[in-house]
Amino acid sequence: MLRIECPCCGPRDHDEFRYGGDASVTRPAHDDPDPEAWYRYVYIRTNPRGQHREFWQHVTGCRQWMVVERDTRNHAIASVDFARKSTVRKQPA
Amino acid sequence: MSSNRKRLPVGGRIRREVPVNFTFDGRKLAGYRGDTLASALLANGVTLVGRSFKYHRPRGIFSAGPEEPNALVTLGSAGRREPNLPATTLELADGMVVESQNRWPSLAFDVQSVNGLLAPFLSAGFYYKTFMGPTRRAWMFYEHFIRKAAGLGRAGTGPDPDRYEVRHAFADVAIVGGGPAGLSAARAAAAAGARVALIEQDFLLGGQLLAEPSDSAAAAWLRQAEAELEDFETVALMKRTTAFGSYDGNVLGLVEQRDPTDPQPNGETRQTVTMLRTRSIVFATGAIERPMVFSNNDRPGVMLASAARTYLNRFAVLPGKKIIVATTNDGAWRAAFDLADAGAEVTVADVRAAPPTALAAEAARLGVVVRAATRIVDLHGGHAVRRVTLNGPEGQSSAACDLVCISGGWSPTVHLTSHLGVRPVYRDDIDGFVPGVFSASQFGAGAMIGAYVTAAAVEDGHRAGIEAAASCGKSAPVPAPSKLDLDETATSSLREIPSVGRGKAFVDFQMDVTTGDIELAHREGYESVEHLKRYTTLGMGTDQGKTSNFAALAAMAALRKATIPETGATTFRPPYTPVAIGALAGRAIGHHFKPIRRTPMHDWHMANGAEMLEVGLWMRPYFYWQSGRNVNEAYVAEMRTVRQAAGLMDISTLGKIDVQGPDAAIFLDRVYANGFAKLAIGRARYGVMLRDDGIVFDDGTTTRLAENRFFMTTSTAKAADVLSRLEFLLDTAWPDLRVAVTSVSDEWAAMSVAGPNSRAILNAAFPALDVSEEALSHMGLLESEWEARALRILRLSYSGERAYEVYVGATAGEQLWSRLLEAGRPFDLKPYGVEALGALRVEKGHVAGPEIDGRTTLDDLGLGRMAGKRSGFVGDVLRRRPALRAPNRQRLVGLECIEEGKRLRGGAILFLPDEKPHGHGRGRVTSVTFSPERGHYVGLALLAGDVAAEGSEVVAVYPMKGETVRARVVSPVFIDPQGERLHG
Repeated sequence: MLRIECPCCGPRDHDEFRYGGDASVTRPAHDDPDPEAWYRYVYIRTNPRGQHREFWQHVTGCRQWMVVERDTRNHAIASVDFARKSTVRKQPA
Repeated sequence: MSSNRKRLPVGGRIRREVPVNFTFDGRKLAGYRGDTLASALLANGVTLVGRSFKYHRPRGIFSAGPEEPNALVTLGSAGRREPNLPATTLELADGMVVESQNRWPSLAFDVQSVNGLLAPFLSAGFYYKTFMGPTRRAWMFYEHFIRKAAGLGRAGTGPDPDRYEVRHAFADVAIVGGGPAGLSAARAAAAAGARVALIEQDFLLGGQLLAEPSDSAAAAWLRQAEAELEDFETVALMKRTTAFGSYDGNVLGLVEQRDPTDPQPNGETRQTVTMLRTRSIVFATGAIERPMVFSNNDRPGVMLASAARTYLNRFAVLPGKKIIVATTNDGAWRAAFDLADAGAEVTVADVRAAPPTALAAEAARLGVVVRAATRIVDLHGGHAVRRVTLNGPEGQSSAACDLVCISGGWSPTVHLTSHLGVRPVYRDDIDGFVPGVFSASQFGAGAMIGAYVTAAAVEDGHRAGIEAAASCGKSAPVPAPSKLDLDETATSSLREIPSVGRGKAFVDFQMDVTTGDIELAHREGYESVEHLKRYTTLGMGTDQGKTSNFAALAAMAALRKATIPETGATTFRPPYTPVAIGALAGRAIGHHFKPIRRTPMHDWHMANGAEMLEVGLWMRPYFYWQSGRNVNEAYVAEMRTVRQAAGLMDISTLGKIDVQGPDAAIFLDRVYANGFAKLAIGRARYGVMLRDDGIVFDDGTTTRLAENRFFMTTSTAKAADVLSRLEFLLDTAWPDLRVAVTSVSDEWAAMSVAGPNSRAILNAAFPALDVSEEALSHMGLLESEWEARALRILRLSYSGERAYEVYVGATAGEQLWSRLLEAGRPFDLKPYGVEALGALRVEKGHVAGPEIDGRTTLDDLGLGRMAGKRSGFVGDVLRRRPALRAPNRQRLVGLECIEEGKRLRGGAILFLPDEKPHGHGRGRVTSVTFSPERGHYVGLALLAGDVAAEGSEVVAVYPMKGETVRARVVSPVFIDPQGERLHG
């Protein structure tokens, strides 16, 4: 029974969210032709015991995609942030 | 009123002024308000209450709480019938109808108790060996017999007329358990300023204090504690409520039974499940007494010592007159003293060589015979205990008795903390498992952390309550609790060594697991606790082995010559006690099981003879009854109408997404495998999306409404997934693209007018619009208004005929639908359903869900040329993987049935004509239809590339119906391969 503190809507039950997988993997640029890079992005996961950055979308709320930092041992959520914000910061337009 | 012959004249917490009538196996009996079913049965002298699971051995009442392994009964009748309820937790109510279980023809005479004679056949590992070994096929033979013989009660099969609820609630501090520790914790947390929920499975608060005499200091303390808690407005006292599960984020799953003594009309809620979200939790769940293991220790008349004390002091029932109390510890002596005080003749057999002298002195005062270093090795009696064989310093002796009270020590109730992954740790001084390290917002108090002495439990609860409140920021000063000293000795316990005579010695009473089974498991190498459990079914009953786990562990440890911690502890999982499925479902049953989505034209379909079909959450017309006498007749007639005149189809369920922004064209160019950047304004294009791994995701059409605005449609099934994926890409992958996507699925009603007459019908319906070939050619768009709503007409075809998709504001959907039908009457326009829709697309060779099944690539589906030489779109790189390009991959082909009068079936497996039909074959049929144009069945199939040449023959095998039919591989486009019907 996770509760995710949506930065837009406040603390909400995880039933309102859709899980979107590992957020720590790097998606290659859309025109990156390297199969190895895409293979790593699609298939290779570290499956950590501890902190895990992952995507969640608030589908029945604001529909924003979030990056949630969750401890896989006890589901304690350390942080929730808009995915857009963190990705924009990484690659300024 | 029946005898209540074992009821004492005074005492107890029963209300003698409120007699309660009930029936047990048809016998009319009576008890009092405040009784449980178990106490009322004991008061009436009923000691045989059930038959065991495997051996059908007679069983009695063993405990006085939810740990009961034996006395399981079925309550109620017809749809209300509920099986496997422990008699020990059923609050007695007027008119209760109860039946015993697992007996035939009657409880006292059970023919299947001969299972006891077949015991070798039902020993541990029986199921395992039968399923896994060379005797696997024997299960076919055994199953019928075993399913009938072994088992528990049966639930009612009719609909349950009662109502169940699921709700959500919140508290600062939840306290699980209303015994001395829990009461003390609740008071402290509330005084500190926290909002408190106190959860107690019993209908009375007090826990073990209820086993103290009703005129004792403990009873006075309890009255005061309860009164204090009732004075707090911030305390919810949740009686009759079991915390069945404990989940992440300090969430507890609770199930509350309605007060059965409160007469309520039909329709009242029978059980309520509450998901209680809290900020901190105090577990004060107490401890469960352990049995002792000796031959025939399962006979009626063997009872936990604490249970006997509870029946005596809480329910004023003296369950025996000549009692043996067998114990490993001090605790059971208190039961012996109270029973002696009530007039019974009591002998204590303590396995310890030197029980404390203070206890011996009290025993002497009360005339209790004490036999040190003595244990029971065998027990005699069938439906009731008659005597036991004792083994002590003077050798073996026999003692007559009518009740045996046993205590093998105590096990803290660590189930709920185990649910959270808090591993139990062994504590030598109490010879039991306590929870390991709690999280910062969870606390344990009282017996569950090994504080068995009541005075310590009260102190402990007080401390935990203060800490729990403080962890939610509530720390008002809290006055000290009232002292409660019951003059107990700290219970020292000696690990009991199972003493086995000639009869079976039971470890797990409910699952009929004996010491012999554990020895067998050990001998065959199933030594780890988790293996032992699965091999013997130990702890797998509805009681989850609450009384048996430790005894089994101790027995295995002894066999392995290992310590308890070396042997390990089993994992407990929710639910702590069984929860009715109905309670978990709450009101989400029948019609309300899931939401139902209806299109704007739904009412019209219902009023005009549509047979509806559930498609995901949607209700869609399957076919119309005026088209034929059954679905097969109707869909073929509807296909003919579309091919020869025109048909009208409700396509409102399509996903519709508005894509806007300066970079919208770039965005679509990346998400579709085929290009969209150069799509002209006012034109539509069929597009296919891939997943990142190169597999086809979904298809649909997207229309360019303006330079920076597109209208995308998706399949009905994938609408939500596609929107979410687009949002994902924009939020995480390409936040630099200035694009917004919005679902407009519910804003538009959509209908397709398909067939040679379609243009004439649109002309008639919209006389002001120009829908000529020049103005609206194939893949063209016309935007307008109709009845003050937006109108979009797209010339798109799914059926292969000239066709138009007409979109209008949803509120005008039914009105426009009717208008089109009216305008189309002279042109033979008729509605058609999804069966005909699917058949038309199969004839035209269009792929849909059965082909886009999450495993196929563009090339597999014959769509490879759509991507051409493009790159940079989602899925492009990984779709080029060699494995996805292997020449022998299954690819889309058409099949036509070449056997007169036979049919193809979806799901049929394809083989070569000379092949033995075995295994997965060369491919499979994905979609089929009768083709009126071809005059026989045709289908789409995925077939291995090396045998997929057009003109070759295959055999379609459908083992479910024993059908084999020959078919020829052909082009998947069965009609109008040049697409001439679409144009002009």
